[in-house]
Amino acid sequence: MSTNSDPLIIAGKEYSSRLLTGSGKYQDLEETRLATEAAEAEIVTVAIRRTNIGQNPDEPNLLDALPPEKYTILPNTAGCYTADDAIRTCRLARELLDGHDLVKLEVLGDEKTLFPDVTETLIAAETLIKDGFKVMVYTTDDPLIAKRLEEMGCVAVMPLAAPIGSGLGIRNPYNIRLIIENANVPILVDAGVGTASDAAIAMELGCDGILMNTAIAAAQNPVLMASAMKKAVQAGREAFLAGRMPRKLYASASSPIDGTFF
Amino acid sequence: MNIMLNGEPYEISEGATAQNLIEQLELVGKRLAMEVNQEIVPRSTFHEHQFQTDDHVEIVHAIGGG
Repeated sequence: MSTNSDPLIIAGKEYSSRLLTGSGKYQDLEETRLATEAAEAEIVTVAIRRTNIGQNPDEPNLLDALPPEKYTILPNTAGCYTADDAIRTCRLARELLDGHDLVKLEVLGDEKTLFPDVTETLIAAETLIKDGFKVMVYTTDDPLIAKRLEEMGCVAVMPLAAPIGSGLGIRNPYNIRLIIENANVPILVDAGVGTASDAAIAMELGCDGILMNTAIAAAQNPVLMASAMKKAVQAGREAFLAGRMPRKLYASASSPIDGTFF
Repeated sequence: MNIMLNGEPYEISEGATAQNLIEQLELVGKRLAMEVNQEIVPRSTFHEHQFQTDDHVEIVHAIGGG
């Protein structure tokens, strides 16, 4: 049970953390574990790949470092370029995780930019939703497509802020805002965050959460950056809820003008 | 008989089951999932599922990713 008064609700389940993390690009599983703990993430995304046949059978497993009893494991379809591959990956993931049906759908269209292939994404989302999956979908920052994915039944829509792994920050805050204003499901920025201020900006726009991987894993000190991201997401959320002051062109004195003795 | 296991040819005895393969690969008790010819083989049916020659078998697990 969450004691948080402002929980993130995805597919009917409450989470107190609005920072979702990836588990890729870390030096080793110990660093993965420590960074995930420092981020206080509750939802962690993982990739599904072939088991290495003939390798050391005692090789440590990612799910030992990130036990599904402790974390909500969010299998992703990273690396899929067709709807069919993404659907196969989700079905294997559901079997792997004993029927767990929350997935991150991403269908990529281009190796250089890793931009989503929206057409294939729509096809995959439709099949997966019919098949009983709860789909958190990675997409472009197109407000119409975001709405369409919501109407199809995706449980969360996750527009990119900049290309995956680019760390370029929130490139189009106006589109992200339009997506948020029209949405009835959680909107999470997925991809593009480079440092803590980017995370705060996304949350101040009203995002319900952020999913990030490289910004933490590729930092000089990933565990410290994970802690910074946790605080930035919390600070950005509080600032959004608090409502920022209006921007003004000219100054407005903070100290009273009355009572001066000079 | 020959099957394709994770994209590579693999020799397995006639009538071998999914459970036999998992034991042979020392993967018993590991968190994994299997598909044969793009159809999921549930873990609960590993004991009954017998391979056919040229089956395309994929065994997957979770690894780090974003």
